[in-house]
Amino acid sequence: MMRYFLRRLGHAFLLIFGVSILAFLFTTLAPGNYFDEMRLNPQIAPETVAALRAQYQLDRPLVVRYASWVNSLIHGEMGFSFAYNSPVAPLLLVRARNTLLLTVTATVLAWGIALPAGVWSAERVGRLPDRLISWGTAALLVIPDLALALGLLVLAVRTGWFPTGGMASVDFEDFSLLHKLRDLALHLALPILALVLSALPLLVRHVRAAVAEVLGAPFMLAAQGHGIPRRTLLYRYALPAAANPLISLFGFSIGALLSGSLLIEVVMSWPGLGPFLLEAILSRDLYVVIGGVLFSTVFLVTGNFLADMLLYWADPRIRTKSGAR
Amino acid sequence: MQTLIKVENLVKRYARRNPAGGQEELLALDGVSFEVLAGSTLAVVGESGSGKSTLALCLACLEEATSGSIWLEGKDICKVAEKERREMRPQIQMIFQDPANSLNPRWRTLEIVTEPLVLRGGISRDEMKKQVYALLGRVGLPAETAKRLPCELSGGQRQRLAIARVLALEPKVLILDEALSALDCSVQAQIANLLMELQGALGMTYVFITHDLGMAAHLADEIVVMNGGRIVERGRAEEVLREPREEITRRLVAAVPRLTRSPLAPIGR
Amino acid sequence: MASVLEVQELHVSYRDGEGEERAALAGVSFDLAPGEILGVLGESGSGKSTLATALVRLLAVNGQITRGAVLFEGKNLLRAAPEELREIRGGRISLIFQEPSLALHPTMRAGEQVYQVLAAHGTSGKSALREKTRQIFAMVFPEEAERIARSYPHELSGGQRQRVLIAQAVACGPSVILADEPTASLDPTTQMEILGVFRTLREKLGVAMIFITHNPALLAGFADRVLVLYGGRVVELGPAKVLGEPRHPYTKALFQCVPAGFGGNGNARKARLPAIAGESSVSALPLKGCAYEPRCAERMDVCREREPELLSVNEGHSVSCFKYEK
Repeated sequence: MMRYFLRRLGHAFLLIFGVSILAFLFTTLAPGNYFDEMRLNPQIAPETVAALRAQYQLDRPLVVRYASWVNSLIHGEMGFSFAYNSPVAPLLLVRARNTLLLTVTATVLAWGIALPAGVWSAERVGRLPDRLISWGTAALLVIPDLALALGLLVLAVRTGWFPTGGMASVDFEDFSLLHKLRDLALHLALPILALVLSALPLLVRHVRAAVAEVLGAPFMLAAQGHGIPRRTLLYRYALPAAANPLISLFGFSIGALLSGSLLIEVVMSWPGLGPFLLEAILSRDLYVVIGGVLFSTVFLVTGNFLADMLLYWADPRIRTKSGAR
Repeated sequence: MQTLIKVENLVKRYARRNPAGGQEELLALDGVSFEVLAGSTLAVVGESGSGKSTLALCLACLEEATSGSIWLEGKDICKVAEKERREMRPQIQMIFQDPANSLNPRWRTLEIVTEPLVLRGGISRDEMKKQVYALLGRVGLPAETAKRLPCELSGGQRQRLAIARVLALEPKVLILDEALSALDCSVQAQIANLLMELQGALGMTYVFITHDLGMAAHLADEIVVMNGGRIVERGRAEEVLREPREEITRRLVAAVPRLTRSPLAPIGR
Repeated sequence: MASVLEVQELHVSYRDGEGEERAALAGVSFDLAPGEILGVLGESGSGKSTLATALVRLLAVNGQITRGAVLFEGKNLLRAAPEELREIRGGRISLIFQEPSLALHPTMRAGEQVYQVLAAHGTSGKSALREKTRQIFAMVFPEEAERIARSYPHELSGGQRQRVLIAQAVACGPSVILADEPTASLDPTTQMEILGVFRTLREKLGVAMIFITHNPALLAGFADRVLVLYGGRVVELGPAKVLGEPRHPYTKALFQCVPAGFGGNGNARKARLPAIAGESSVSALPLKGCAYEPRCAERMDVCREREPELLSVNEGHSVSCFKYEK
């Protein structure tokens, strides 16, 4: 167990390291930087721009810049934001927390719905309820995420049931704790709904397919022959046996929900990494972009690491994989 | 009769990962030696895990032995160059327990039997077709099965088809790995008869891997008994079965279900 | 003695890909006395596996019982409510399927798999069920019961897996066990060992058993009575000594297919085996007359005209063949 755990952990760190280098390379090699626009401004002397560039080490070789960035990462700063004139880490942390809130809630909800819906559908393969679910998921699949989010926004504006953006009401600070939670939930509702609806069809379809395949297995017939009750049969027998592909999908779904949420955040003005990153990219705020990419990577890698651990826990055969016949 | 196959000190080791993550060695064949006369049948019997299936795979060049030699007509198939081995390969063919796994499910009987002829090459399309139907007739498949898919055939017919396909390669040796075990009794007898008939007509040599001692006794000239990767007993079929010397052979003989006797005679353990 | 299970005129058919009905069982009747071992002999296409699943109504979705009755302790299972049926399955009638490697849940420990069967039929608390599981393992595995209960199926040998299936089957103290080719995938020595376990169980627990197999030799010295199925019909039913003196042409021919080997009685080594020509599969069955007629060496004109009925040829021994019609 420990060996497997450590090896996976090692892989995760290597991956994050690799991504940091690539992110660094791509953002620095991309044409233009934060101070380029200043150069066009006749009121700012070229010497000033040059001095600023030197101050932020933009005139130094790539390797040196990477080393000093790693150094600042170790000190918990992750470089310096030109636009905010402050270290990147604290800026990112607040936004990452908000994104995390969105993604984690959406993941939990999407799987919480997909599992029973998929199992329910698999039990009735070919019958009316199953076909309804198939049509429903097919319809959701063809709607682009963006259209879905915009549609929900329109709905919110028309009905006034939900706030149409942001994360909190203006007078949030004055609310009682309960009121605060309610306010947060109301603001969360729309982006979460958009995310869950975009992820759900794929998940339901995979759960359905995996469970339906297992339901036809001989050991399911045997379990039925032993008089195992229906609920136990479905959730204690069929679901764990179908778990392997689903756990891999779980890791993947975290990634999909993360990138989905970056988009939804922009559309629904959720103060997460999405709008922040977009703004940083547009203004070429180098270290913020790298930091944002790194944060997303860490999140993704953690998700996949979790999936690997889950897989190890769920399938004893992986634990004793042997090359012999 | 002269020796066709000579196996010398064959060893096969598998590396296996144990639950703790370390490497573990599994000795599937532990110095196996024997000879088979041309045109005869050697039965290899043993319990599961005795190494008999590994032996079958090594003989058919589907697994590479760790060390040792397999001589076929004076050439060591373990040592010859890859090119020469490829030329020798058609001479040793294998028939599996469940032919369904070794037949392409999307091909019709006709295509399945034609494929080895195409690989051999050198004959026209018309000639090929003629040969395919001749082969089907030889293994007792009616001509109309040529248009069928493997899944539309019965277990016995599929095994006949598998035999027809290897016959197209004109092999000298057939490795029969539990080739009768999955069949019904009445069909087992049909296929056993077919195999004996083909051996009589074509002079093929059989290595019959099985756990069914009754059938082994009927088909084989010689029997070797395997246990733990070694040959523990070897001799003429009727002698080994009438007077088994080793404990494991006695157990295998006692375990043969017989209509005329209680199969529940004490067998130790 | 009253029978524990009585099957009357059971008809089962499957709908094939083109929506056509194909009969798998056509009027099968027999009864099973308490504690009796009935050997059911049949080749592929005889309907023997259909019989096992039909008795407890676990047929595949395209299968359907069209007629007949299955009386278990006087109650017709074909009319039982789903929950009633669930209670009976595994509780009063247990199933043992072929291929122990496929019939066990791949990611559940052996002990848990037996525990779940007990939990499905018991009302007692968890610790009582755990204790019961431990006792059952101790009965089925004289050695290493603890270790095996903690193992996953892939860590066990074929014989051990088969014993786990047996543990599941006997867990709730059923009065009937249906075993469908329980030893087909095992080594001959393990096969004998498992047959021994079955016989011990019968002696210890007095459970009746329907033992389905394609190998007539397995039934010698094991079954009390033998039922031979061909093409979904009972062709011969009688006491175990039928194995020594079969009367139906099919049964006779089938028994001769088994090589006697060993230079003893019967056919000499390397001689042609007296195989039955043709196939036993459903598609090879004639539409009219005796199902075995196309392969029969003793066929008569009447065989093609109508179906023979089961005729009593001896005390408790009946055969469906026109040869015995008077």
